Amino acid sequence: MAKRLSVIDAERCVGCQSCMFACARRGGNGGLEGACIGVRSAGGIRKGFVVVVCRACPDPPCAKVCPTDALTPREGGGVCLDRSLCIGCGNCREACPFGAIFWDDDAGKPLVCIYCGYCAHYCPYDVLAHEEVSHDA
Amino acid sequence: MMHDDPLARVLTIDLSRRSFDIAHRPELFVEGIGGAGVGIRLLEEHCPAGIDAASPENPIVFSVGPLVGLFPLASKTVAMFKSPHTGNLGESHAGGRSAIAIRMAGFGAVVIKGSSPSPVYLAIEGGRVHFRDASALWGLRSSFTAGSVIRRREKGSGLRTIMRIGRAGERGVTYAGVITETYRHFGRLGLGAVFGSKKLKAVVASGSRTLPVANRKAFRSLYDSIYQAATTSPLMRKYHEVGTAVNVSPLNGIGALPTRNLQSGQFEKADGISGEHLAEHHLGRRIACAHCPVACIHLAGLRTPYPNDPYFYKTTMIGYDHEPIFAMGSMLGVGDVPGLLRLLDEAEVQGLDVMSAGVVLAWATEALERGLITVDLLDGVALAWGDAPGYVEALMRIVSQPTDLYRAMARGVAHAAGMYGGDEFALSFGGNEMPGYHTGPACHLGYLTGARHSHLDSAGYSLDQKTLATGTTLTPEGVADELLTEERWRQVLTSLVICLFARGIYTEDVVHQALEVAGFKGVDLCSLGEDILRRKYAFKRREGFDAAALKIPRRIVETPSPADPFDEPFLRAAISHYMANV
Repeated sequence: MAKRLSVIDAERCVGCQSCMFACARRGGNGGLEGACIGVRSAGGIRKGFVVVVCRACPDPPCAKVCPTDALTPREGGGVCLDRSLCIGCGNCREACPFGAIFWDDDAGKPLVCIYCGYCAHYCPYDVLAHEEVSHDA
Repeated sequence: MMHDDPLARVLTIDLSRRSFDIAHRPELFVEGIGGAGVGIRLLEEHCPAGIDAASPENPIVFSVGPLVGLFPLASKTVAMFKSPHTGNLGESHAGGRSAIAIRMAGFGAVVIKGSSPSPVYLAIEGGRVHFRDASALWGLRSSFTAGSVIRRREKGSGLRTIMRIGRAGERGVTYAGVITETYRHFGRLGLGAVFGSKKLKAVVASGSRTLPVANRKAFRSLYDSIYQAATTSPLMRKYHEVGTAVNVSPLNGIGALPTRNLQSGQFEKADGISGEHLAEHHLGRRIACAHCPVACIHLAGLRTPYPNDPYFYKTTMIGYDHEPIFAMGSMLGVGDVPGLLRLLDEAEVQGLDVMSAGVVLAWATEALERGLITVDLLDGVALAWGDAPGYVEALMRIVSQPTDLYRAMARGVAHAAGMYGGDEFALSFGGNEMPGYHTGPACHLGYLTGARHSHLDSAGYSLDQKTLATGTTLTPEGVADELLTEERWRQVLTSLVICLFARGIYTEDVVHQALEVAGFKGVDLCSLGEDILRRKYAFKRREGFDAAALKIPRRIVETPSPADPFDEPFLRAAISHYMANV
């Protein structure tokens, strides 16, 4: 079965952004560029945080609007990106209601979660989990 | 350092000319690493001798370090400036997202010079500086509103810092702070007043980028071990669970919690404002600085009914820590949580350094009791220990300054006592108001000798408690040597801009490994610390600092502390030894 990342309880999020740094660190460098997960305040820090992740939709809208089939549905939910086919039109980014298609400004192409779960290992407060996709729930 | 590390870029902004430039200054960071080490160098470069701190010549320097964005808990920004509060070295540190945002915006340091003719805020992103009109934000009653307006207008949600001032900074209260991410502060020594004198309401910075490392494998493995330590060490758990307020009860237990202007070291209502009590009954949320898994920031929920409107409530989230609890709680005899929280909130709304404000109000309360000042001079506010609503009124007046007395109080306790009397109970050290520890001679010596007259310079309170626990006796020279060693090492940590709570994790060995990952080879940490402290003292002396002229408030030797009694000659001897060796 396919795995995905899921937000178990955003109320437990403290906004440390360790998940974002983890995602960016997959390539071996530091910083935040390339992160496919986002944590921001829910309209001011006193209101807590919003955690933006790709929820691996069973019928992903981002893939539907891709004119070159660079984004294709993944078996079990979510999408796969073939960067060589991507023309950087940005339709996918517009289509995702969560804002979970991030953007590589240098390359002018989307950054899409690969559902590896690396970030979840660095969530100190069990906000995130890497789990089997279950779209019945 | 790595040759392509954007850390080497220094952004200089001139508010008078509305211009900016970016210089490539790798040598600054090779020599000073970042934070305090780079900050003091840039202050030397940009701050002419003897200037008025409120003049356009006063530079504001923000600096971060190589480990920011690489490792957890390297999360602080160091601000340096000439302090309008002490008229000498101004240095203040804050977390929030400030350090990450400046580093991700592509800079190792930002220098702000000049003065704007009309209110302005700066937006730093995409390698550019935008000068935005802030006329409409000037004079807003609440610093919170300024933050939320800028939040809506600017880009970079989740990746930005919004550093702003309240009315206290606009109106030149010399201990006005700068607030960042709503709950963190460049609190001490009046950076907010320097912002205000430049008509600078706020600075927003944001960005995202990759930071190169020297060895990817070593990076990930060292990261994991630091992260592991930060999330599992018992000390870090304590900071997460109860927060710094965990210190209130034990300090009170040993008689070291300054109470009612330090007339006592014990507060009979301390249990009601302790970290444990707040966590159990009022804690509403914990938050973290960017890239810190510890999350030590504690917010209490305060539900306030509207007096004439049944079932209508306002719910406010208010940050608390040990120092604010001391300053607005025990120091003022305030033992009820709603009263305490209301005071903490008002200090935030106005943008005041809560610690200095509390000490000023404590002096005024005692001065009123002793007949040195009158209720008239206080604009009708009859200050009384424990009366939080009265203190809220006084806080507002410190900012609006309706009388000469409030104008004096807006310049700190040393200034107010200089005009109205009560030197012996004006708890000022080198011009800066005392923090929340009366543990013995070492804490007070730390406030006196520390380069920024802060308990964080050399942690004398910790030395006192260690001395107490081991039953040893301190000599003046012994205390001075220990404080000096600690203050030197802290120059290293604050150059790396590591949160001082993580000092147990970032041992010398870990610091060396982390620096290697960041491409710094063979840094002599010992000389680095000595050099930075010497530079700070050279700046202080240039600006007129004279250790022999330091005032020692008699109150600190009269009110018993947990330590053996000590006297002024003991303190003077220790100060001399410190200054001879710094």
